[in-house]
Amino acid sequence: MIQLEKRLAPSKRAQYLNPFLAVALTMVAGGLMFAVLGKDPLAAIRLIFFDPIFSEQFGSYSRPQLLIKSAPLILIAVGLAIGFRAGIWNIGAEGQYIIGALCGAGVALAFYPMEGWFIFPLMVVAGALGGFLWAMIPAILKTRFNTNEILVSLLLVYVAEKLLAGMALGLLRNPDVAGFPGSRDLRRYESAHNADLIANTGMHWGVVAAMIAVILAYVMMTRHSLGYQVRLAGQAPRAARFAGVSPTRLVVVCFGIAGVLAGLAGMFEVSGPSGQVRIDFASGYGFTAIIVAFLGRLNPIGIVLAGLLLGLTYIGGELSQMMLQLPGAAIQVFQGMLLFFLLALDFQTNYRLKLTKGARA
Amino acid sequence: MILGSIQPAVLIAALMVAATPILLAAIGELVVEKAGVLNLGVEGMMILGAVAGFIVAVQTGNPTLGFIGAAVAGGVLALLFALLTQVLMANQVASGLALTLFGLGLSALLGQSYVGISPPRTPKLDLGPLSDIPFLGRAFFSHDALVYVAIAIVIGVLWFLKYSRAGLILRAVGENHDAAHGLGYHVKRVRALAIMFGGACAGLGGAYLSLIRVPQWTEGMTAGAGWIALALVVFASWRPFRALAGAYLFGGIVVLQLNLQAAGVKIPVEYLSMSPYLITIIVLVFISSGKARGSLNAPGSLNRPFHASG
Amino acid sequence: MSTTTPLLQISGLTKAYPGVVANDDVSFDIGAGQIHALLGENGAGKSTLVKMIYGLVKPDRGDMRLRGNAYAPVQPSDARKSGIAMVFQHFSLFDALDVAENVALGMENPPPLRDLATRIRDVSEAYGLPLDPSRLVGELSAGERQRVEIIRCLLQDPKLLIMDEPTSVLTPQEVDILFRTLRKLSEEGTAILYISHKLEEIRSLCSEATILRGGQKVATCDPREKSARALAELMVGQLLTPPERAARATGDVVLQVDGLSLKSNNPFGTSLKDINFALRAGEVLGIAGVAGNGQDELLLVLSGELASPSDRVRLLGQPVGHLGPNGRRGLGLVAAPEERLGHAAAPDMSLTENAYLSGAGRKELVKNGFIDWGKSRDFAESVIARFDVRTPGPHVVARALSGGNLQKFVIGREIEQAPAVIIVNQPTWGVDASAAATIRQALLDLAAQGAGVVVISQDLDELLEVADSFAALNEGRLSAPRPARGLTVDQIGLMMGGAHDLHAPEGADA
Repeated sequence: MIQLEKRLAPSKRAQYLNPFLAVALTMVAGGLMFAVLGKDPLAAIRLIFFDPIFSEQFGSYSRPQLLIKSAPLILIAVGLAIGFRAGIWNIGAEGQYIIGALCGAGVALAFYPMEGWFIFPLMVVAGALGGFLWAMIPAILKTRFNTNEILVSLLLVYVAEKLLAGMALGLLRNPDVAGFPGSRDLRRYESAHNADLIANTGMHWGVVAAMIAVILAYVMMTRHSLGYQVRLAGQAPRAARFAGVSPTRLVVVCFGIAGVLAGLAGMFEVSGPSGQVRIDFASGYGFTAIIVAFLGRLNPIGIVLAGLLLGLTYIGGELSQMMLQLPGAAIQVFQGMLLFFLLALDFQTNYRLKLTKGARA
Repeated sequence: MILGSIQPAVLIAALMVAATPILLAAIGELVVEKAGVLNLGVEGMMILGAVAGFIVAVQTGNPTLGFIGAAVAGGVLALLFALLTQVLMANQVASGLALTLFGLGLSALLGQSYVGISPPRTPKLDLGPLSDIPFLGRAFFSHDALVYVAIAIVIGVLWFLKYSRAGLILRAVGENHDAAHGLGYHVKRVRALAIMFGGACAGLGGAYLSLIRVPQWTEGMTAGAGWIALALVVFASWRPFRALAGAYLFGGIVVLQLNLQAAGVKIPVEYLSMSPYLITIIVLVFISSGKARGSLNAPGSLNRPFHASG
Repeated sequence: MSTTTPLLQISGLTKAYPGVVANDDVSFDIGAGQIHALLGENGAGKSTLVKMIYGLVKPDRGDMRLRGNAYAPVQPSDARKSGIAMVFQHFSLFDALDVAENVALGMENPPPLRDLATRIRDVSEAYGLPLDPSRLVGELSAGERQRVEIIRCLLQDPKLLIMDEPTSVLTPQEVDILFRTLRKLSEEGTAILYISHKLEEIRSLCSEATILRGGQKVATCDPREKSARALAELMVGQLLTPPERAARATGDVVLQVDGLSLKSNNPFGTSLKDINFALRAGEVLGIAGVAGNGQDELLLVLSGELASPSDRVRLLGQPVGHLGPNGRRGLGLVAAPEERLGHAAAPDMSLTENAYLSGAGRKELVKNGFIDWGKSRDFAESVIARFDVRTPGPHVVARALSGGNLQKFVIGREIEQAPAVIIVNQPTWGVDASAAATIRQALLDLAAQGAGVVVISQDLDELLEVADSFAALNEGRLSAPRPARGLTVDQIGLMMGGAHDLHAPEGADA
């Protein structure tokens, strides 16, 4: 009979090892899934995890894509992880991402066709502010009315999606093209274009922002009292109050940081890789970032690695769709499995398996 | 079309249909939460039920089998959640999110060759003379069986929680799992069963969407219904009849909103269709604040992990 | 009735947990109708032993015989079917359920709830423990809650009733009622296994006592034939010196509380009503009271975790009611709450991080928002060294420490900050005797250096040992403090029961 026994102290080894094990297990289970779908599992795994970077055929296209896909994931996940550490569950980053994009694009389109150096910085501010304000809705409802932040932040994603559709079809629609939903292409508007800083690398301002966010978050979590308060509140809420941490302030700060970062991610996306406010602009980065945050152990450095990995699965997913006619949803299943395996393995962090003689309930 | 042309009987009939999927999901989740577990994977279990029910119904040509298949699918996915949270002690919030993300992906994968097909029709339940009663017959007695099944489940859950020994044990486990364990009750077993019941109900709710309400399969078709069901449990303060009332209230809002759309009100469709989510948020705010705080009714051990130490 | 076979024979029971052997080869017998004491310090293995008898824990080795037959309960229902019932010290009632439902949950085959309510009334009156079956348990006092547990057991006609520290939640008068009930049960042939570390109680109630120390049985004896001192030595294994105190003159008022009321926002919490007291420098004020009479709330409102109108609480003459914990720490008021793990300390954080938790401000461990971890570690190390905290080092997480060591760390952390006022709640709860002595001595030393000390405790012996003045909490009201010297246990009991100087006795059921 196998029993779980609580460890005296959490196992650091399991903590660091589990993400790798989870990835390995997901590859095995994913391979099985591909086999069931009638595809060669090894070829599929190769296509998803190796070819985007190493293949000569696709590499030149997909290598820059890696930064493009990973940057928003990392940017959003860094913000979410701070909240998750504090036990504050903002799962509406997708909505904050959309609103950030709408605000950033809105500023650009308001100035169109004027050119000026100040337009892009203004868009950055607008994107951050949009994400921040959207995140403040669940935060303030939580602190003022004790409303469940999980449900509110999530429901607001649907509201944001409807708003996006309304904007793409209405206010922000390109007036020059009749019958075609979607805004002007910001990539053709120089002052608003978030272009590659080094051509054909995928290195745009969003990547820079993600790197800065990772460093700041790391410093905050390890050295700054705010990071300490976040960790304390997450592990022992009563001890946090004893230490003088204001739960209200913490909710606002955590939602605020996550909102700003998600809003920025949306703004950099709409002004660069995507270029347009369209109905299908939202591609689930806000949800995938939740997986990135957990896989990266809620640690900024870990999140970089996890973000790159999940960015890879996006590109690999597109490749396998093209090359193997693998359904696009397969990648979503793949990402879901990854989180499952990680959560399942994590019992080892706090518990150890113990064999006991005889059965007992 | 003008507003005056909306017939009350048709409206009531439509709202009962609109309310049924979230009612099913909510009553299941209510039992889960009464046992002290927060399963945020309702959306995932619902959509898996929607696709599973659809596939089984199309393959067999029998909607009843479809609904059974949906309940099983929801239950199986819930079992995964039970394994994670009860056996492997994983965080309930994270596991619930994982369930939703996984369910959305898996359903899209399974359903890709079923997009655009019509499912076999689910017949209306023949209630004989009842359905011929003027007004009442049209409003209340001309529905498919599932509408009544949902109401029956609510009554059953109410009876179970209030009057049965097993229901008392379930409430005890949700209220204080340490005490329940001390008295020798199997906390994890009770919770696992409740979780599976919740999954089966969510699966049924999803299948109601794909087989009756829409009826079609499209990716992501639950569109947040699972989350609204979760909000409904809070709104209901964990009481079955209030969940019923809340679901019908919500159904009414959805139907009204659809009628307004059809009536050509000068608000773009996109903004009108925000209203169910916005209203859910507003209701949550009212329920959570003020003197009669609904959250005070929450089961004492809700969302707290249990591990027997001795 | 002339059987010589004991009711329950325990032989060689052994149970080990990672890092500790909770019970090591324990054997003794309990006779029918006997009141048998199980005596030992916290951590001596009493709870584990009892859990094995009740089927909650499976022994690694050893066996039990009930009326001569093999007895190996796999779960508590087996124990209940065999006629063994248990009244728990903690964790066995459900606040949101009513009395009848709570009773039904503890029975094997409960009758319908309506019949059960009648039986509850009958039995409760027969044993002098009045109880209304339809009330919510969360609204009951600690004493009434215990009645629910006892009646739950009695309804099943147990042959052996296990009671785990039953008097820790009772006033002295309520203890008398309980003892009367227990003696009556014993006369009717029910054996009682009575777990306690209170020696006087055991000497007055029990006819046989088994003493555990460090998981092993030290002795089985007749407690009436031994002195309390002899029993204490068996229990602790060493002679203990009571804390010393220097006579001292008390100084100016350091903490003044006037008309402080606080409404609890927890439906089952206690509201504080019109609390008044003045604490002088060098004074130790002991606040007694049965659990759940507002101790937690009082600590929170004094430490600053709960705010009040600013002039209700004055620290060194300055109004501080509106300040949070850090604001008050800055002015010299520190606190140590009852719950060590989760409130006073974060379980999964290292001792360094836990030292920073309350010491950040007074020890200047933070600058411009950035934490000086080196200095924090030094602070943690100084606490560890000065208060003899047994741990490999400050990198160890708090939950890896034993209760006594962690408590020494928590209290030491506050004392090291050289406060003007310290508030502690249950400073030695669940702590071994030597750690308890260290902690009490440290508090007295601090007072001797001129700090004001408030000790909130449910342990009357402890309060009588350390306090200069004495007050009691009852349903959120604090009696007027009196000099501790010369108070009798009866007077204290009356204060705890709500018979305050200025109030007529309240509540007919006290």
